[in-house]
Amino acid sequence: MTPYDVSEDVIEVVRSPSAGPIAGAYRVFGETLRGLKTTFARIVEGPVTIQYPEEKTPVYPRFRGRHRLNRFEDTGLEKCVGCSLCAAACPADCIRVVAAENTPENRISAGERYAAVYEINLSRCIFCGYCEVACPFDAITMGHDYELSDYTRSDLIFTKEMLLAEAIERTPLRREGE
Amino acid sequence: MIAFANVNYFEPWWVQILKSIVIFAVIFAILPILIVYERKLLGRFQGRYGPNRVGPFGLMQPLAEIVKFAMKEPMRPTTSIAYLFRLAPVISIITAVGALAIIPWGDVQHIFGQKVGLYGIDVSIGPLYVFALAGISFYGIMLGGWASGSKYSFLGSMRGAAQLISYEVSQSLSIVGVLITAQTLSLTGIVHAQAGMWFFIPQLAGFLVFLVASFAETNRAPFDLIEADAELVAGYFTEYGGTPFVAYLFAEYANMIVVSGMAVTIFFGGWLLPFGLHPPGWVDPFVVLAKILLVFTFFVWIRATLPRLRYDQLMSFGWKILLPLATLNLLVTAIVVVS
Repeated sequence: MTPYDVSEDVIEVVRSPSAGPIAGAYRVFGETLRGLKTTFARIVEGPVTIQYPEEKTPVYPRFRGRHRLNRFEDTGLEKCVGCSLCAAACPADCIRVVAAENTPENRISAGERYAAVYEINLSRCIFCGYCEVACPFDAITMGHDYELSDYTRSDLIFTKEMLLAEAIERTPLRREGE
Repeated sequence: MIAFANVNYFEPWWVQILKSIVIFAVIFAILPILIVYERKLLGRFQGRYGPNRVGPFGLMQPLAEIVKFAMKEPMRPTTSIAYLFRLAPVISIITAVGALAIIPWGDVQHIFGQKVGLYGIDVSIGPLYVFALAGISFYGIMLGGWASGSKYSFLGSMRGAAQLISYEVSQSLSIVGVLITAQTLSLTGIVHAQAGMWFFIPQLAGFLVFLVASFAETNRAPFDLIEADAELVAGYFTEYGGTPFVAYLFAEYANMIVVSGMAVTIFFGGWLLPFGLHPPGWVDPFVVLAKILLVFTFFVWIRATLPRLRYDQLMSFGWKILLPLATLNLLVTAIVVVS
């Protein structure tokens, strides 16, 4: 066994030449003044904080917020036909769809079947938007609402009625080019 | 009994008590405002607002926090030493309040037909009194860290011990230049000696050394290694909560007022105003207060700017740069004054 040779592991760190005491002190003083100037410029600039509950960050049009279920604007029928493709696409497995047959006297959606139960567990949802992509009828889309906190977990399971209801647009939208 | 210092008592006893109460009450009313002022200013320096929710402009923030602290259960680690643990913050706050007495807020005025000096006491040993109390206040930090029975507190107080002793030397030496120029140790006398020119102009080096040493003495950034929160949680008061914590907090800010007041008195002409302004006597305390606030603002500005020093840098800076600089300043001043 060869003895351990320290010299092989020594790494010479290349440093810039020292400025010396006088020039070093001068440099430290100057850099301190420069730092003071930098921080003072922040006061002149003013705060950049957004005072959240009063002012809200505008979201982009493609922002993926809370889901919405859509209806046909002319007939008022639901677009969702209960195909469960969204539930199949969902990586967080948070959508539950129970389909039922439309009857002539009780017509709810435009297709053959409709979603009798449509629930999204928003405490599980990761807002990936795959449901929106999977939907063949644009029945489910992502809205702009991001203020979703609630006091109990069960309140975060959004039912079909809640998703169909006209969302309160509390979130400002970014204008073109903003 | 040997008299250690001449104290100029010319007021009746009730004036002495009254003005002590007034100084104490005013300073302790200002302290919470200073705390919220610092936090708001620090916020502005970092491009944010700082506390602005409680009350108008967030001014009620310290009140809310003091109520919160006061309602906390008093707790003590099982490893701590009970009576020292309780005693330490008391020492800190007593010395801070005691040092407040020396700051001159104005000249001698005639109030209620009495001659009243607008200061706590005017002693012939002025700055030495402050340094003596600063020396005792160091026990507040040391005992607090020691008695907590916690490693972080202990490390913090050990750092504090080394730092405070190192920088006390430079701080004391830096003002000797002023003292031999003014040829008095009475703080009111020093202010009167600045009628022609404020001492920070001829004593610029002394002033800078005093300022830097003051940052270290009050444990402020960039010398806040005692409570370096990234390494030591909170340093010597890690184990403290509730009212003892508030005591330490208030002691720190009271010390800052004392140090700012010392800087104002010794280097910025106390209650004197430049440009030949001679306002009536009742304006003097406000002038001193405004100057103290400016120095305090600079403290906050420095805190917002400079990162914390490494410990060896702190020590070598104190001993290898500040101390020779202070000594040199003293030497040059002595030569100039004598010749």
